[in-house]
Amino acid sequence: MDIKHIIAQRVAKELKDGDVVNLGIGLPTLVPEFLDDGIDIIFQSENGFIGIGGKPAEGEENLDIVNAGGQPATIAVGGAFFDSTMSFAIIRGGHVDATILGALQVDQHGNLANWMIPGKLVPGMGGAMDLVVGAKKVIVAMEHMNKGKFKILKDCTLPLTAQNQVNLIVTEMGVIEVTKDGLVLTEINPEFSVEDVQNATDAPLLVSEHLKNMM
Amino acid sequence: MKDKVIAIDELSNIVKDSMTIMVSGFMGCGSPHKIIEKLVELDVKHLTLICNDTGLPQYGVGHMVANKQFDCIIASHIGLNREAVRQLNSNETKFELIPQGTIAERIRCCGAGLGGVLTPTGIGTVVAEGKDIIEVDGQQYLLEKPLKADVAIIGAGVVDKRGNVCYNGSTRNFGPVMATAADIVIVEAAQIVEIGEIKPENVVTPHIFVDYIIDGGR
Repeated sequence: MDIKHIIAQRVAKELKDGDVVNLGIGLPTLVPEFLDDGIDIIFQSENGFIGIGGKPAEGEENLDIVNAGGQPATIAVGGAFFDSTMSFAIIRGGHVDATILGALQVDQHGNLANWMIPGKLVPGMGGAMDLVVGAKKVIVAMEHMNKGKFKILKDCTLPLTAQNQVNLIVTEMGVIEVTKDGLVLTEINPEFSVEDVQNATDAPLLVSEHLKNMM
Repeated sequence: MKDKVIAIDELSNIVKDSMTIMVSGFMGCGSPHKIIEKLVELDVKHLTLICNDTGLPQYGVGHMVANKQFDCIIASHIGLNREAVRQLNSNETKFELIPQGTIAERIRCCGAGLGGVLTPTGIGTVVAEGKDIIEVDGQQYLLEKPLKADVAIIGAGVVDKRGNVCYNGSTRNFGPVMATAADIVIVEAAQIVEIGEIKPENVVTPHIFVDYIIDGGR
């Protein structure tokens, strides 16, 4: 299994039957592939519906139904469309159980930076700032390092998406909980040692006394 | 009562240079595509845009961005339109990037007669710079002020001749709220029907908000 699928598979275990979940673009969209049978998740799309399904079959695309990336999408039986104020009442109002998104940087305080690199990349924050502030659980799903550079830092250096909001970080190396005492490594990929994970992490890691295998 | 259905050519009497214009749609889905084409043709300039995003280079409001019709763009996301990103990086156009939920609420509080909205979104980020922080029961919020437009152009589904609006699929997004927050509201209907053909309980935007209807003929 490649890195992205290892991460998506582990993230899927965080979701409970009946959860309302918003998925960011990229890696998080792989998570539904790994849901166990009997786990029914209600996916929310910030452009205005719950019950977003996968891509439509070729030739079945409807320009009036798109996902938050503007790509053709489908809606599940029993789903519902609504406007943007309702969508963000759901998001900001704490009615989303979990949001799963990627990061440029995340730090030991649970700060997240994932919306811009000054002078290089300024796409705009879209709905990310609202999602991270409003969702009950914020799960960062990402590769542990960026081409040899730390992504899990003592303090983020890029402009923040939100302060103190990240709950869990899942990478190909392990699972890290953000606690008031700092970052706690709770699960590890057996291909790596604790020392490997710490060497790939700028912030100091506490190691859970119940450290488990993430695979 | 006056007939709200107008010919698309009449837009030249309504949308003028230097106006602030709200455009519905999310990456072009739910945008009034025919009105946008006409405004490109009319070449109205120095507009301020309020829209969720700048669309795609050749889809939605992206056409007007490419035609350099905006002096200022207020949006939550521009990353799918390279031309918008270019205009930001070259300082050709002034941009205000604000969180999507905050755009929705700033428009809503204008239309609802409120002086602003308190949101936790953006606390501790660059979005908070220059804004008042107000503490309520120990929790910090940003005071975000209303957003108003001279004209809102809105992509609609079925519209009756009185101006009652239904929206198809996920096209609804910013349409209903923008219809409350502009002096003049123009809807582009995928289909125009007689008054009474839409059940009152299925109306999403009530006719009192709608000034003009343009046949989108889809």
